[in-house]
Amino acid sequence: MDVLNYVIKRILQMIPVFLIATIIVFALVRAIPGDPARVMLGDRASQEAVDLLRHKMGLDKSIPEQFWIFFKDMLHLDFGTSMKYKLPVGELLISRLACTALLALVTVIFTIVISFVLGYLAGMKKGSFIDLIIRFYALFGLSAPSFWIGLVLLDFFALKLKLFPVSGWGNTMGEHLKAMVLPALTSAIYVSGILIRNLRSNVIDISKSDYVDFAISKGISPARLSIFHVVRNALIPATTLLSLRVAVMLSGSVVLETVFTLPGLGNLLVNSIYSRDYPVVQGVVMMFVVLVMLINLITDILYSLLDPRVKLQ
Amino acid sequence: MAKNLSAKKIPFYKRVNLTLWIGVAIVAVFVLMAIVPSLFTHFDPDALDPTAMLQKPSAAHWFGTDNYGRDIYARCVYATKIDLVIGVFAMLVPMIMGTALGLLSGYYGGKLDMIIMRIFDIFMAFPYMVLAIAIVAVTGAGLKALFFSIWLVGWKEYTRLIRSEVLVVKQSEYVQAAKVLGYSDARIILFTILPNVFSSSLVYAASDIVMCMMSSASLSYLGLGVQPPTSEWGAIMSGGKTFFTQASWISIFPGVFLIIAGLGFSLVGDGLSDMIRTKKR
Repeated sequence: MDVLNYVIKRILQMIPVFLIATIIVFALVRAIPGDPARVMLGDRASQEAVDLLRHKMGLDKSIPEQFWIFFKDMLHLDFGTSMKYKLPVGELLISRLACTALLALVTVIFTIVISFVLGYLAGMKKGSFIDLIIRFYALFGLSAPSFWIGLVLLDFFALKLKLFPVSGWGNTMGEHLKAMVLPALTSAIYVSGILIRNLRSNVIDISKSDYVDFAISKGISPARLSIFHVVRNALIPATTLLSLRVAVMLSGSVVLETVFTLPGLGNLLVNSIYSRDYPVVQGVVMMFVVLVMLINLITDILYSLLDPRVKLQ
Repeated sequence: MAKNLSAKKIPFYKRVNLTLWIGVAIVAVFVLMAIVPSLFTHFDPDALDPTAMLQKPSAAHWFGTDNYGRDIYARCVYATKIDLVIGVFAMLVPMIMGTALGLLSGYYGGKLDMIIMRIFDIFMAFPYMVLAIAIVAVTGAGLKALFFSIWLVGWKEYTRLIRSEVLVVKQSEYVQAAKVLGYSDARIILFTILPNVFSSSLVYAASDIVMCMMSSASLSYLGLGVQPPTSEWGAIMSGGKTFFTQASWISIFPGVFLIIAGLGFSLVGDGLSDMIRTKKR
């Protein structure tokens, strides 16, 4: 019951943020200098065509009226029609969502595996050579731009060794997964840099704590000690950090989808900017905002499940 | 004599803040490169050479050449200035803005704090790249969009850091004393609280420069930031996009500059935070 109350409360808190984000996305197209319809159609378009588009986009109505229409349509996932793809934006978004979601999922899995193993190792072997190497790796992951790591991996594993596709994501699930390996690894190298540093210092602090000393004096096995005492406690702050990084990860996917030419939301966003396809830009930005808010909600709930000391408030 | 003995017991690398000084050395080299690029290369970064197009890295052209025969190493060296300037300017404005908001939010609390924290929440919901691209949609690609987007999102971390520190410092005796003495709020905030909390902004700023430089390179790589033919690390990499399958060095080498510069600033940040931590003890 507690969890349910908490979820409802958090959703209620999300509403104002969502509303203001909607206003920002709405204002986006209206803030374009000059006539957005003219900008979208280009200089050579006839005045009639521009007027028709203005009417279709509702730009000839008053601002509050425009916002109301925009908001109502948005709740029906209706962001208008893409100029370039001649498709409803909502459909376009859903077709591209799968790729971005799969990328995020594989990235999270890679990140967790890499950072928990390396962070734990570095913390337990503090001061050793392994620790030094892992710390250097973490610093490198933080200092290297993700699109550069992507390019290097692409150059080596896809162009030279031909192990992975250079671009696109194939047609079957197997091909999709294969295409995700390099971009997800790229993203994971960056995100794990931060996590490893955090986990390492958590593990060091925890191994010095009284409850670990007590557990050792009780004579429990080393495996039990590390799983139930050290790892579990080190996980808690790392989970928050991971959730905070999800927005960064999605941000990175915009660039990585361009590097690896994956048909995801980020790629769609960048291409829509080039082709001045504003309804699509609005739709993608809104989609990202909703994704981030949802992920934050889920991680908050997970966080409380991991750490019973955190009260759902 | 006794002093000398005790100094000998601690090895050199532990006595000196090695992290900080290695970082400072790296950053110094880049600053020098930005001021006198001709010290580092004799090539003209914009000289076209039709006889040397898309050449592999060699003794003559360390990083190879691009599709116009321009020397990539020289372009990277000459790009240092704009990249450092972007990093510093992109970092400064949010640092000042975020610190100010954090001070106000932490000191006054109440409604002001609530409003600032809600604005914080809204910006948390926008992934940086997405917001930056949305801004490009309005302003068009270029430096203006680049700065504006970094400024708009960069203040959050400073605000959060400073706010949490102010909440602690506010309770301290010296701030209470200043209040009893009847000092104005402005005086307390600027001269009593700020000097005590500013160090964390400074430490964060060192790693923030890295993030600013990476964001600007990413935007330029997408073709939305610095526009060619200006040499900027991200823009050079972007120029190599079309030739990636036959000349990957155009895109890969400028990244090495970016990484080393980033490493330098990260080390400075780590070193500074070590220094402050030891001082506090």
